[in-house]
Amino acid sequence: MSDDLNKSSAHGVDSVCVEPALEQQQRRAFLRNTVIAAGAAVVAPGLLITVAKATGSGDVTSNQRWGMLIDTDKCASGCTACVEACETENGIDLVVQPKRNPDHLWEQQRPQWIRKVKLQDQQTGVVTNLPIMCQHCEKPPCCDVCPTGASFKRADGIVMVDRHICIGCRYCMMACPYKARSFIHQHVAEQRSHAPRGIGCVESCNLCAHRIDRDQGGEVTTACQDACAAAGHHAILFGDLKDPESALAKALAEQTSRQIRADLELNTGVRYTNI
Amino acid sequence: MYRLHYRELWCDPRRYWFGLGAMAGVVLIGLLSAFYMEHNGHWVTGMTNHVVWGIPHVFAIFLIVAASGALNVASIGSVFGGPMYKPLGRFSALLAIGLLAGGLMVLLLDLGRPDRLIVAMTTYNFKSIFAWNIILYTGFFAIVGAYLWSMMDRSVNHYYKPLGFAAFFWRLILTTGTGSIFGFLVAREAYDAAILAPMFIVMSFAYGLAFFIVALMAAYWWAERSIGDLRIAKLKNLLGVFIGGVFYFVAVYHLTNLYAARHADLSSFFLVSGGIYPLLFWFGYLILGTIVPLFLIYSPAFEKSRTAVLVAAVGTLIGGFALIYILLIGGQAYPMNLFPGKDVLESSMMDGQIARYVPTFAEFALGVAGVTVSMMMVAIASRMLKVLPDTLEDEAPAKS
Repeated sequence: MSDDLNKSSAHGVDSVCVEPALEQQQRRAFLRNTVIAAGAAVVAPGLLITVAKATGSGDVTSNQRWGMLIDTDKCASGCTACVEACETENGIDLVVQPKRNPDHLWEQQRPQWIRKVKLQDQQTGVVTNLPIMCQHCEKPPCCDVCPTGASFKRADGIVMVDRHICIGCRYCMMACPYKARSFIHQHVAEQRSHAPRGIGCVESCNLCAHRIDRDQGGEVTTACQDACAAAGHHAILFGDLKDPESALAKALAEQTSRQIRADLELNTGVRYTNI
Repeated sequence: MYRLHYRELWCDPRRYWFGLGAMAGVVLIGLLSAFYMEHNGHWVTGMTNHVVWGIPHVFAIFLIVAASGALNVASIGSVFGGPMYKPLGRFSALLAIGLLAGGLMVLLLDLGRPDRLIVAMTTYNFKSIFAWNIILYTGFFAIVGAYLWSMMDRSVNHYYKPLGFAAFFWRLILTTGTGSIFGFLVAREAYDAAILAPMFIVMSFAYGLAFFIVALMAAYWWAERSIGDLRIAKLKNLLGVFIGGVFYFVAVYHLTNLYAARHADLSSFFLVSGGIYPLLFWFGYLILGTIVPLFLIYSPAFEKSRTAVLVAAVGTLIGGFALIYILLIGGQAYPMNLFPGKDVLESSMMDGQIARYVPTFAEFALGVAGVTVSMMMVAIASRMLKVLPDTLEDEAPAKS
């Protein structure tokens, strides 16, 4: 068939007056080539991205699993240093309240990656303070339910949202047992380059992944951890759960910690002591 | 036996175009509302980070559930060989397609990024029941479309039976999938129940049939055609059984919740203390959506009353809408229990508190537009295609 095609194209003007059978063959060849080209156009970008990811320098590998330990005894009542630091670090403070949006609604619509919670034991009356953020589950329900795979878990255990393919269905928010996710309800004019966000997408704490990815050696910390330490509380300890020499792994080995909603068996990366 | 004549649904042009124009107006308002919400962002709605799915989702789920149920009439004709239902098969399939299209339109336009539809259609996470639902919905259009074709075109009529079976099983899977959207949400107390999937199937039977009865009676009134008493009686008795079925599942859902100590608070929230939700349950679902329709269907006083059948069907639809609202919105408003045995004194994310949701006009208009799109599609297709028999009298007027 290809010979016929070559001949017909070589004949120039004559090729317009091809016989019906040949014309049909040409059409088939055209359709075939179009399908191949369209297929290549669809597949190629995916391949290129995969290659780009595989050849990057600071590779994200499963040799690490990033996590946190929060000592609630050290978490101070009324202190919101971690929340403010997170908002500055990730540009959440740049998300402004729309003019006509009433305060009570805005309070429920504004993004929050980390929040402070004060609890009281119903039996003993003991009061506990703690921050809650994405718990970076080993088996994250948000990733399971996401129809497009926009919610994903990196090899190093960080749960993130790919905001290029998030369609804003909010199913992950329904699935998250920790209310750790926020939907961007409005247009965002300003944002930090390392924390891009867009209207109609969902987002949550990513353990300051940009700091980890930018790491030039030395200890990596998160914004909330730094702020907590600067406030003199040292309630948040961030590190590599898989490195037995890390301060986090040592602290976890020394004391009893627990997961919030351990009954769901999600094996969270964020653990708490003294709840 | 007599030969059925299917004919396009002709009626007085003024009545037809006025009806269509009115529906188009409603759809236009809904589309403008959707544009308003997408243009500004979801802050103009009542939805928040606590109640993330609002009234558009109630409409969408209601329509999708009803779509699969609307196909039942065709399935009874082809799969179970019910002669009284067979002439209704074409309209049943058409209505199923219309309802699903309306529901999906609402679902799509309520996305944070509806412009990324192509992403949703091409990038799949097969672990997600949502992704499977996209395939199930698309497949439903294809299979029911082919099924409808096999009913209408004699040259492909030999595929009628296998397609009827395929459509029947596909619809069962589809409703299971829709119910499973909630069943997979282990974190939320209201949804983490396996009973939801079969409950959604029975709900689909009831609401699909109720839609079918309303649409059929409206179409025949519109075109001044007649329906026999026996056929109406069959449909309304079947509706009664389905309403009873839904009630059984609702009762089991709440009774099992009340038995388990950790879920008892949830059911008391839905049934007693939850403000709008108990109100919707007792007056919307139970009285208007269950007791009144059952009374109208089974009371000898209303045996011959067409109005009673219509009111029963509309009541079932209102009750069904209320039930889905309670489950969907109430299930989100009810706080997740992150810290059993502790009270939450302070939280900026409303931990431990009941979330408030007040739907806005735009959200409501989008939902109503979804229902209207379904009705419009059915109205236009009924006028263009031979889906409805000339007469549905129990005895044919003349043999041919």
